[in-house]
Parts: sequence; C-alpha cells; structure tokens
Amino acid sequence: MKDTQVLVVGGGPAGLMAALAASNLGACVTLIDRQETLGGQLIKQTHKFFGTYKEQAGVRGIDIATRLSEEIKSSENGNLKTIQGGEVVAFYPDCTIIYSHNQTLKKIRYDRVIFATGASERMLLFPGNDLPGVYAAGAIQTLMNVNGVLPGDTYLMVGAGNIGLIVSYQLLQAGARVICVLDAMPKIGGYLVHASKIRRMGIPIYLRHTILEARGENKVEEAVITALDNNLRPVPGTEKVLKVDVISLAVGLNPLGELLEQCGLKFVYIPELGGFVPFHDEFMRTSRKEIFVVGDLAGVEEATTAMLQGRLAGLVAAQDIGYIRDGVDREIERILESLSKYRAGPKSFKIKEGISKLKTNDKQSVIEGFKYA
Amino acid sequence: MLEKTGVPTKEELKRFIPSKKRRCEGPYAMIECFEEIPCDPCYAACPFKAVKEFVNINDLPEIDFDRCTGCGLCVSECPGLAIFLIDETVGNNQASISMPYEFQPLPEKGESVLAVDREGNIVGEVIVDEVKISGRKAKTPMVTILVPLNQVMDIRHFYLKRLNERR
Repeated sequence: MKDTQVLVVGGGPAGLMAALAASNLGACVTLIDRQETLGGQLIKQTHKFFGTYKEQAGVRGIDIATRLSEEIKSSENGNLKTIQGGEVVAFYPDCTIIYSHNQTLKKIRYDRVIFATGASERMLLFPGNDLPGVYAAGAIQTLMNVNGVLPGDTYLMVGAGNIGLIVSYQLLQAGARVICVLDAMPKIGGYLVHASKIRRMGIPIYLRHTILEARGENKVEEAVITALDNNLRPVPGTEKVLKVDVISLAVGLNPLGELLEQCGLKFVYIPELGGFVPFHDEFMRTSRKEIFVVGDLAGVEEATTAMLQGRLAGLVAAQDIGYIRDGVDREIERILESLSKYRAGPKSFKIKEGISKLKTNDKQSVIEGFKYA
Repeated sequence: MLEKTGVPTKEELKRFIPSKKRRCEGPYAMIECFEEIPCDPCYAACPFKAVKEFVNINDLPEIDFDRCTGCGLCVSECPGLAIFLIDETVGNNQASISMPYEFQPLPEKGESVLAVDREGNIVGEVIVDEVKISGRKAKTPMVTILVPLNQVMDIRHFYLKRLNERR
C-alpha cells in the first residue's frame, strides 16, 4: 500500500513547482521540507528576479516564495499534503523513504519521488578558515535577511559570482561595510548589472586575487589577500592585510545528492553542473524510472530554471501514474522550449556544456553508485 | 573592460545615449545593460513600445528614443537597477536623474546628498527633487536628483550625508 503517489523532497522553488504541477494534474502529492517555512533559498532573496516578465521577472525572490506557499496552502486538504520540519534521513530502493519529524522516525511509500534538495556552499582552504568570522555567503544572507542578524561590521567577499555580488549589495543595504570583492578568475562571473550596482556604492572588485590567510586571536581580525598570476599562483609582494571581522565565501555550490547515493543511483561527475550529479534525462528522470531530480541537485543553475524543471518533473511524474489530460504534452513541450530559450544566452554556456555532457554520457565521466566508492 | 571592472566605458555607454537633438527635447530612459542575460521586463513595462521586442530573451535592449516619452515606468521594473531616467531640459544649467534607490532611510525632498559616479567616487553635492515608491511587481523607491548639466552622464548614485561618516 502506497502512502502517496508523488513524493516531493525539498520545498524550494523547484520542489514547490513540482508539487503544484503534479497535484494540479490530480495526483496525490506529499511535499516534505525540513524547514518550518516553505520557499528554500527564495525566502532570503530580497532582490528582483530576472527572466520573463510574463512569469516571475521583476518579482523579489521572497515574494515568489510567499506566492507559491499560498498556492500550496490553498491546495492542501485536497490531494496535496505538506510536512514541514520533516527531514528525510534514509532512502531505500523499494520506493520508501524514512523521515524524522518531531523526534520520531516515520515512513512514506510512494509511486514517484522528485528530489529537490538543492545544493550546499563550498568551502575554501586557507590557514585560519576555522576561525569564527569565516562564513559562507549564503549563510550570511540567511542570518541577515531571514533572522535579522548581521554577523559583523566589516566584510571581505571572496567570489564575484552572482551570490558574492548580491550578498555584497545586501550587506550594504543592511548597513555593513564591504571592503572589497575578490575573485581568482580574470572576469566577473556574476551578472554585470549586479557588479555595476556595488561599484556605484564604491566597492572595488579585484580579479585574479585570492585570500591567503585569516588571522586573529579568537576570531577573524584580519584577512591577507594576494594577487594571482595567470596560472593562479600567488604573486610575491602583492599581499595586502585587510582589517575585517567577517570573511564571506561565495565560491560555488555542490549539489546535495547524498540521499540518492543511498540507493545506488547512477551519478555522473560534470564540473559544469557543480560536480557529482544524479544522471538524468531531459525530463529530469534519473537512471531509475520512479526517481526524478530537479533544481540545483540536477545541476547548479538558478531559481527560474529550477522552477521550470520542477513543473516539468511534476507533470511527467503525474502522467506516469496515469493522470493524463489534454494539452499536458503541449505544456511539457512549452516548458522544454522555455528552458532552451532561457539558456540561449552566453551566460548559460557552462550549463549547456554540462547538459550536453550528460546527454553524451561518456564512460569517463560516469560513476555508478557511490561517489566515494 | 566592463566584464573586468563592472563599470562601463564611455564607448560602451554610447549605444544607450540618444542623439543630441533628442536629448534637448525632453526626458528619456537610459538603459545601462551591456550583457546578454535572460531578462525582458524593460520591454514588457513600456506602454509605448519604445523598447524593441526581444527575439531571444537574452538580447540586449534596443530603445527607440522617438517612442520613449520619458515616463519612467521602466526604471522601477528593471531587476538589474540599470535604467536611469534623464531629463536635460529642466533648465538652470541642470539636469535631473531619476534612479532606483533600495536603501533605508530614504532621502527627503530638498535634502542635499553626495552625488557619486559609476565607481562610487563622490563628485559633488546635489539636491533631491523627488522621492516616490513605484513598481508594478515589486515596490521600488525611485529618487530624482538635480545635477549640474555637465555631469549628467557621470552621476549614477548618491550617498546620504548623514550616513557617509560610516563609510
């Protein structure tokens, strides 16, 4: 006896869209999220989103979270059930997961499962990186925008991708000082409009630079930075000591696939997608037909494409079970078209490269089963 | 250069500056968007179709200054905060620049603030002419400052004097 038809693990943008799409088609859906508030990373994103104006462009991330959560709430008591504050801890190949909720372990059996567990922030190796005051940028964004806590006054931002640029801007909005943003790459990685915003606020961006060391007695007091040559080697004599109390690391994300490894799912190593990702097809289906992956877990990208992937997998999973309605195939086609249109620009070069590697699926990049095996 | 500095060069800015003649005729929107990213609110927000329809959503905006009335609706819609409403016809050897301003506290009308250029350098003191909250999808404060006419292409932000000591 199954407990639910479609189980969605993770209530961020991808998971919310997956749950809505599957339940709108008529499937019985259970959405489980470990936080008390739905929305995943959206709830700390106070900036306006890019994308299509007809959809969510121009809306602040946090407002998208509110909108989607309200839609979820209005479908509840029908064929959609949510479990908030529940964490999936085990995953078995016989369509069963175990989750912990209110300090007890419970079981859910499903027909289809859509994993939308997101990604975790990367760490950087340098002496002193264990001192209090070294944070991941996304963690600072959560503390600042969700909990209303500013972890320090003066910041060094490492990483000029979108997260580094956006969090720098939001730190300024919160009244903090950002000394500079640095990045080892020769070009700004994030959107240039974000870079222009913080440059107008007087924040320099140092490219081909990195952090060498964090110094301090019991907490971060100084950061030592250096210029890098074209082979990414520190250039002697270019070291600078910055007085900061927070070092913020925005150096990329790793897909969170640990749960899926528990049932021996096929993983592939594709650096363009963020490292090890579950192998999946264009409908987000993995090497096992009952398992789908969407959002950053399937390849680190951003919320707009994550939402499209969520809708896609939600529809396909519901169709699998037998919820077939006129026009759904066309809707699926339209989502695929939107994804490819969205990725048609030069900034999506990397993700497209990653997806094409996924398609060719060459032997070298494929690792079956446990990634640490 | 922009991709290394985050600051557009004069050359890069050219494509978004209207003709001399148009600049003397009234307000216009200057879209400082130089990178092909998937985004179209400037096109969708314009009631006069002054921003050409995008073939590819990643296209750079292209503005028809004959259609642009300087209504300023696009300023609060741009997710990149990259649109400035400029009026070089206010007289008195001045120009007005309206820009999105997402900081608290907001300045007050008549307040003297520190004008800064695209690199954040303070280039003078200017007066705030108007503060309003607009935006269809997300409320965004829009602040208008009066600047010397010869600095209209340089000033793109301002700092409040009362907060500047902290910097």
